[in-house]
Amino acid sequence: MNALSAPTSPLHSLLSRITGDAKHAPSAHSTLDVLWVLYDRVLRITPGTVDEPDRDRFLLSKGHGPAAYYAVLAAKGFIPEEWLDSLGSWESPLGHHPDRMLIPGVEVGTGSLGHGLGLAVGTALGLRAQGFDRARTFVLVGDAELDEGSNHEAIAYAAAIALPLTTVVIDNQSSTYGWPGGIPHRFPGWSADVVDGRDHDQIERALRHRTGRPHLVVATVESKRG
Amino acid sequence: MRDTFVATTTDILDEDPRTALVIADISGDAFAPVIRRHPDRAFNVGIREQLMAGVGGGLALTGMRPFLHSYAPFLVDRAYEQIKLDFGHQDTGAVLVSIGASYDAAAEGYTHQSPGDVALLDTLDGWTVHVPGHRDEVPELLRAAARHDGRVYVRLSVQENRRAYTNGSVLKREGGPLVVAVGPMLDPVLEAVQGLGVTVFYVNTPRPLDADNLNALINDEIVVVEPYLAGTSAKVVSDALRGRPHRALHLGPGSAEVRRYGSWRDHARTQGLDPAGLRHSITEFLGT
Repeated sequence: MNALSAPTSPLHSLLSRITGDAKHAPSAHSTLDVLWVLYDRVLRITPGTVDEPDRDRFLLSKGHGPAAYYAVLAAKGFIPEEWLDSLGSWESPLGHHPDRMLIPGVEVGTGSLGHGLGLAVGTALGLRAQGFDRARTFVLVGDAELDEGSNHEAIAYAAAIALPLTTVVIDNQSSTYGWPGGIPHRFPGWSADVVDGRDHDQIERALRHRTGRPHLVVATVESKRG
Repeated sequence: MRDTFVATTTDILDEDPRTALVIADISGDAFAPVIRRHPDRAFNVGIREQLMAGVGGGLALTGMRPFLHSYAPFLVDRAYEQIKLDFGHQDTGAVLVSIGASYDAAAEGYTHQSPGDVALLDTLDGWTVHVPGHRDEVPELLRAAARHDGRVYVRLSVQENRRAYTNGSVLKREGGPLVVAVGPMLDPVLEAVQGLGVTVFYVNTPRPLDADNLNALINDEIVVVEPYLAGTSAKVVSDALRGRPHRALHLGPGSAEVRRYGSWRDHARTQGLDPAGLRHSITEFLGT
């Protein structure tokens, strides 16, 4: 396991600057461990390469509650830590939903659910068309966000054309009716790994998995309910 | 116009490796050869219009120039939030090319019609809108759109004028009231105003609207005849003539559904947009 969301973690102190929450609040930070592993171990992107055309792309589709995202971006030097102190204010580039035009390293402005996966499909196609074969495309969606039908257009199309991109679904059981049979059943034609969303080594292995077709990583974290 | 669009876009894709095409089954047969030739950047995503917009947005994020195409109600109405967020909010662009226009698909019924497409785009920032009145106006509009990164909408129609004109042409200059004809409304307008002392101004690019020429040509009365929802341009005309006393009449299809089939000519007549109907409305407004 890990200690990212423990009060002693440096990342947690960055999170606390945003939320004002000194206590442990894992359900509010369901994406924290996946984002950390992405930026710490997987993505080929640094503050110096945010405009390189062949950089890896990470699209945060679930643009709600981006505190963990901002904390990771600050920890990795994409944004100044001071930005975390004034979230949502007139002076701050950091809002309750991220804006790519205001924040270095942020690939898409999101918050309205169901946009990231379609944009990721186009991004992966655009990178391939331009010969950036090393560049990988990752997108993160929530399990409730999967309720949006626009995702299913992208899921079906990516499978049909065997497009290599990686979708991470954070499953904290927040979907109103859930996904009977499990989330991987909603991704026919995709390869899939289901991992403990707090176990960094498991997450890393799943994110590095390249199967020559679209790949799903379901990161299971504490239930939002109960 | 649709054939011209397919031919020109095919040439553009062959010539410019930065361009891309995304369709959602509509015109799939016509584009099949170019999709076979350029499978890396010409795509048919199936009947998935939200995805078509998202894929276009993603391609634009990587620096490519995507062309998207479908019937206007599927391209614009259905995917409105995608158009709003996947392009404008990301500060990217695309070339959206529709067919169907307001009531071209008369026999198909209201499901395939979109009189409100330009009004919808008017709620968003920075869209250039081209409404060609003749097929020969289409290629240069598309070629110009391929060369930049802006947000462009091209509204194709089966209704055509007898010949092509450049945007901003003045076809009749007799002082008096200014009649602005947008795209395929030019021929009906010219017929309607025969014998009337008016100035006729042709526009195939109503966004941005040419405010300088409106101000130069107007006396104190303006009639705008558009092939989409009546009054769509009322705000931009009002802005263009701000501070200048004027009377205005805006003609176009109404928002009430005409629950009949037939041809586009039947609908034009019913909407008062055939030459006789236009003449009636214009002379009544002018009191002549």
